[in-house]
Amino acid sequence: MVDAQVIARDCSDRVREAEHPRSLLVRFGPDRPLALNAGVDLSPFQIAYQTYGTLNAQRSNAVLICHALTGDQHVANAHPVTGKPGWWETMVGPGRPIDIERYFVICPNVIGACMGTTGPSSINPKTGRPWGLDFPVITVRDMVRAQAMLLDHLGIESLFSIAGGSLGGMQVLQWAASYPNRVFSALPIATATRHSAQNIAFHEVGRQAVMADPEWRHGRYLVEGTNPHRGLAVARMGAHITYLSDAALHRKFGRKFQDRSNPTFSFDADFEVESYLRHQGSTFVERFDANSYLYLTRAMDYFDLAADYGGVVANAFKGTPTRFCVVSFTSDWLFPTAESRAIVHALNAGSARVSFAEITTDKGHDAFLLDEPELFAIVRGFLDAAGKARGL
Amino acid sequence: MLLRRNQDLTMAEAARGPGGARVDLVLVAAMVERGSRVLDVGCGDGELLRLLSETRDADGRGIELSREGVNECVAKGLAVVQGDADTDLADYPNDAFDYVILSQTLQATRQPRAVLEHMLRIGRHAIVSFPNFGHWRIRLQILFGGHMPRTDNLPYAWYESPNIHFCTIKDFRQLCNVAGAKMEKAVALNPWGKPLRLTAPWWIWNMFGEQAVFLLSRKH
Repeated sequence: MVDAQVIARDCSDRVREAEHPRSLLVRFGPDRPLALNAGVDLSPFQIAYQTYGTLNAQRSNAVLICHALTGDQHVANAHPVTGKPGWWETMVGPGRPIDIERYFVICPNVIGACMGTTGPSSINPKTGRPWGLDFPVITVRDMVRAQAMLLDHLGIESLFSIAGGSLGGMQVLQWAASYPNRVFSALPIATATRHSAQNIAFHEVGRQAVMADPEWRHGRYLVEGTNPHRGLAVARMGAHITYLSDAALHRKFGRKFQDRSNPTFSFDADFEVESYLRHQGSTFVERFDANSYLYLTRAMDYFDLAADYGGVVANAFKGTPTRFCVVSFTSDWLFPTAESRAIVHALNAGSARVSFAEITTDKGHDAFLLDEPELFAIVRGFLDAAGKARGL
Repeated sequence: MLLRRNQDLTMAEAARGPGGARVDLVLVAAMVERGSRVLDVGCGDGELLRLLSETRDADGRGIELSREGVNECVAKGLAVVQGDADTDLADYPNDAFDYVILSQTLQATRQPRAVLEHMLRIGRHAIVSFPNFGHWRIRLQILFGGHMPRTDNLPYAWYESPNIHFCTIKDFRQLCNVAGAKMEKAVALNPWGKPLRLTAPWWIWNMFGEQAVFLLSRKH
């Protein structure tokens, strides 16, 4: 799929990006450790982040964007490794629904990831080598705790809004639950208050694919100079199917052959859909770290907001001052509408000010990243109204 | 049910006042104290919520069944959730709102009594407006036409109507008794949106009121 030289280059590119990202960077020294749910402190650590727009004099127009499993801080600029446009440029930018001419947008790379915020491919200061599996298991709560430290560092007491889809949406919910007075409005999109058994199951398949790759070397591939790109690509291919829908796959590919008119009676990528998935797998490994994939999927599996609130999600939002806009998509079977409805029920029980829209689309879970005019209209309308209430 | 735009033609021909607002909605809004917390059940495209916010300074929320209606409301910045009056009111806590409003939606619910009871539980007050099936023109259509009535504001054939639980003003007063609701105020409107005389007896309202609006509270 990918030749050895390319792998070597990508690998070194990625390792450099993990330590010295082409991003804004804040380092938290031994005096400011990150207390993790796993019961240990992460220290020292760093957060790589991007900002767009200008913070106003009242410091009241900050919007935090939380990225999903394989996203990063490059929400609205070209990606430094792949050169591709930012992952949410349709949503964030000048004149976009999250308008950087009005709002000061901050997007940090999450703890455990591989684009400059401390994660398993960062250097463990105790050994001088990449952490690998010695990196502590992290949670969504840990990610959010680190982001709060970033906001403290930036001198932002209260966010005008916080938005994210999928794992990003989990962070949005965790933020609203943990720091209600720091979140004026919140947009949890295509997400849930807990990861379902089916989703944990899919993640486990992905992790097993990574770990079954002999080049993974029990997570020591960076030290041993190998690259479990085949396992990670298979994990990505499997996951990618869950981000789409039967209807979308059929619409895009059907049973069409790839560059041929007849089956080859082999295990080549005869079908367009196979070729597409292989491409998704091979481009993913250029920019993503296999161990980060393990850690971040684990963080999603562990997410269960109710667990910290006596088993009742509504308790997490009791009397919350935050305005919410919950969005789901009809064809999303990874985070189906029922999950969003459960969020809405909990918010209603907590007497929260909540809007909830389900958008009709066949694009599946990925719809939140794609060109969905109805989503843009809803986000724009919600933020306009919130901005009025905030005096922006 | 609860559809009030595009596909739902219920009240499409309703009388409108000088400002362009529907007379029945203005009447509902006038029953709401300034600065109240209001839940509009079946809020359609959000016309009443907007009116409440603009004229009564209300903190309004809405529930709407149709996806198009909800998305239009949210894009307007209204706090509206997609949901069903028959199933989703149960999730709201007691006394969460000052007013819970059911505007031109009662007849489209599957369980009008349960819906009304939830409204009285969730809100300190409930406001219900509905088309009066006892209006003389409707009575005449059944009596002489021998068919299910159709009017400008209830234009559906019986087999495709979202309105499945019609009642008369008399019927609704009986429901209020059964559901433990106290009638604080009631108004009946003629087809031109003018209120009937308050001193008129109930049978006059039941005969000549095309619509009715009731302000209710819990009996203690």
